[in-house]
Amino acid sequence: MSTDSVSIAFAGSGGAGVLTAGNVLLEAAASAGWYAYLSRSAGPQIRGGESVTLLRVSRNRVESHDDDFRLLLAIDWRNFERFVAELPLSGDSLLIGDAEAGPLPECLAAYAARYCELPLKRIAKGMSQGRPNMVALGVLAAAIGIPCDKVTEALAHTLRDKGQAAMDAGAACVTAGMECARELPLIKLPAAPAPRAHGERLLITGNEATGLGAVRGGVRFVSAYPITPATEILEWLAPSVDRLGGTLVQAEDELASVNQAIGASFGGTPSLTATSGPGLALMLESIGLAVAAEVPIVVVDVMRGGPSTGIPTKSEQADLGMALYGLHGDAPHLVLAPLSVADCLFTTQWAVHLAEALQTPAIVLSDQSLGQSRAVIERPADLAFIGRRQTLEDIGERYARYAVTTSGVSPMAIPGMPGGQYTAEGLEHSEAGTPSGSAADHAAQLQKRRRKLTDFDYGTHWAEIEGEATTAVITWGSTTGPVREALNRRAVAGWATRMVAMRLLAPARPDAMRQALDGVERVLIVEQCEGGQFHHYLRAHYDLPAEVRTLCKPGPLPIRPQEVYTRIEDWH
Amino acid sequence: MDNGIANPALSARDYKSSVKPVWCPGCGDFSVLSAITKTFAELQLDPAQVAVISGIGCSSRIPAYLNTYGFHGVHGRALPLGVGLKVARPDLTVLVTGGDGDGFSIGGNHFLHACRRNVDITYLVMDNQVYGMTKGQASPTTAPDWALSKLTPEGPGINPFYPLVIALASGANFIARASSSDPNGTARMLVDAIRHPGFSFIQVLSPCVTFQPEQREWKKLVHPAPVEATSDPAKAARRLMTDDNLFVGVLYQGTRKPFQPCLEADLEHAAELDEAFAI
Ligand SMILES: Cc1ncc(C[n+]2csc(CCOP(=O)(O)OP(=O)(O)O)c2C)c(N)n1
Ligand code: SF4
Repeated sequence: MSTDSVSIAFAGSGGAGVLTAGNVLLEAAASAGWYAYLSRSAGPQIRGGESVTLLRVSRNRVESHDDDFRLLLAIDWRNFERFVAELPLSGDSLLIGDAEAGPLPECLAAYAARYCELPLKRIAKGMSQGRPNMVALGVLAAAIGIPCDKVTEALAHTLRDKGQAAMDAGAACVTAGMECARELPLIKLPAAPAPRAHGERLLITGNEATGLGAVRGGVRFVSAYPITPATEILEWLAPSVDRLGGTLVQAEDELASVNQAIGASFGGTPSLTATSGPGLALMLESIGLAVAAEVPIVVVDVMRGGPSTGIPTKSEQADLGMALYGLHGDAPHLVLAPLSVADCLFTTQWAVHLAEALQTPAIVLSDQSLGQSRAVIERPADLAFIGRRQTLEDIGERYARYAVTTSGVSPMAIPGMPGGQYTAEGLEHSEAGTPSGSAADHAAQLQKRRRKLTDFDYGTHWAEIEGEATTAVITWGSTTGPVREALNRRAVAGWATRMVAMRLLAPARPDAMRQALDGVERVLIVEQCEGGQFHHYLRAHYDLPAEVRTLCKPGPLPIRPQEVYTRIEDWH
Repeated sequence: MDNGIANPALSARDYKSSVKPVWCPGCGDFSVLSAITKTFAELQLDPAQVAVISGIGCSSRIPAYLNTYGFHGVHGRALPLGVGLKVARPDLTVLVTGGDGDGFSIGGNHFLHACRRNVDITYLVMDNQVYGMTKGQASPTTAPDWALSKLTPEGPGINPFYPLVIALASGANFIARASSSDPNGTARMLVDAIRHPGFSFIQVLSPCVTFQPEQREWKKLVHPAPVEATSDPAKAARRLMTDDNLFVGVLYQGTRKPFQPCLEADLEHAAELDEAFAI
């Protein structure tokens, strides 16, 4: 467990407002200077239903949860057993319940000694417009030492549309909650880092960061079909892309959304759609069209538990196989994955850039644990990648849309350019774009489409590589958070370990991996997929050292830093 | 306009590409192709400002045969390609083409929603009541007792789909039926369809001489619509109740406003959007 941070869990059911209150606490901690990371876990109900908000407040950047929670506060215990596996507690965890909510549930009996009851409901009832979640917010803030003024400021911000009376009532509840927590043992939060100027950091979810990355990359057409947990990307983009002179269209299904994006991009507008596994499955045929017709698009898949409808509100890294190998035919394309909430911005922006520069579809594999988590991040620099879509400038004698060039990229005419008329073709075609079933044309076009991806210089962005050692951990996407934390702990304990966290999964970069694994004698592969899709992918494309171990766990339980730590330690 | 064509007045031939059609001799789609090029000439469209979009099927081969921009997509998804293109590029003339299988079976959902959305594009379906390209299976418009397919040897046995009824019920803004046996008449209707704001739908009876040879008789059976086009959907609906599926003419010209989001920016830099998250 980390000593730089404190992790708390806040549970309740039936519109108890634990998410709202948790977000206020997050905002208060952030404005007081701490780093923080908040995720939520909810049942399947549309409204109400039980839910738990998990908040980690830290001196340093945090991108994932700790091994266990120091404090658990439940407004009520209804259906609590559904969450208990997601809430590891330790021997010195403090448990708080409402005096009127009945006894501590059976599944928490082991922690009875550290349990205390507070009259949250009763206090709320005694106040005008009093709400137990606001009283609880005061308790939590006091327990970990977040200053009262920061909490009321954040609360006023959250309730700004509800009127002064609601803000005053909320603030009164918070004060009462803080008062009633005075008897509690204080959990010591390490001092906040030095204050930072406004605007140096952002408080943002992964889905919002994905939207920002998209528009920074130049996306001006978005097609949408709602699906958990990707919808917030689309909802954020709807007004945002509008303000930038683009538009978002809600389509009738994912078959339509992906094709609308392809159509808009054929017209010259960088285009994106976002979905989750079931939607990506529907889009695959048309993503193959974008490969063949060489039309850039970005498809974001915010992964959730599968197969089928699976566990739609919770995270898993199990769409990798589909994203890499799900296209029919021999269809090279790009697959990328953000490594943290902050990296959702960078990776999506990079994906737009790569898709445009290489005239091909890019699939971005985010997941629920990144997309729906909110974190304090450093404000990303306003990067501008060099190289855009190469459009037709000089028509020359006769324009050949699919000319076989050295790089494999052929200048693209955009409708409206006189003399550039061609047919974007899903049939195999000649260089001119006319349908062709000839072996020579097929080979030439296949090779050019592959070459433009494999010969491109991706620089150092393909992976985050840290540490110099003979033992390495290879991971991808959201599991980078716990892996990095485990390796930092090992470093503190005096053990060096190398981390290779892959951001670019396709095309595979065997040479880059060879360099990254230079001197490495054994490798641990970490992924949140029971079937080991990432492990098999690595085996298929890269030379790994003889000694390989895996930590392949299904969702929805996150991989904890300690599990990674122990798995490496076992080796000694 | 520099399109490599010396004469500023473009003739139908100027819109043809050099690619030779793969169609069977006598296929109705040849006349549709010629109606399209006549239409473009009549409207004197700049070939570089036109995009013809299609799915998969014999009829969907049309874009390659034209000297405009084109997109030959996947089976059934031509309409969303066209919708995305037109919404992002309202300056272009977008014509979506295809067959009855492509548009009413695998792409049926997109047809309903394209009618509803009413983007300013024209959708021309070459209806031959059969899947030509896959060698003669029943399509949504095939008669229930058509027993010439190995796949449904007793006939499909299910009710045919009535494209004009569906188009009207779903909100298409211009609805017409044409016959490939009259390319000039088809061209006149297509001119009106392209000029009409919003989503225009034309069903063109276009025989598949190979798998539905009796459709050669269509040219004798089709007859002009008994009355003028109406802008009253109720009247159009009443007329469709006595439709023999063989009248040609414009049925309906509606007045619904096309769907076209404004594409003007009020922000210059995407990075300005960071501000909402700044702490
Ligand atoms: C996803 C998919 N399923 C099936 C096919 C096979 N297929 C190609 S064309 C076609 C039917 C074409 O019929 P229609 O649209 O009526 O056009 P026609 O050939 O009659 O002009 C089918 C089923 C395909 N290309 N893609
Ligand atoms: S099979 Fe039928 S539709 Fe296809 S080209 Fe031949 S005649 Fe035309």
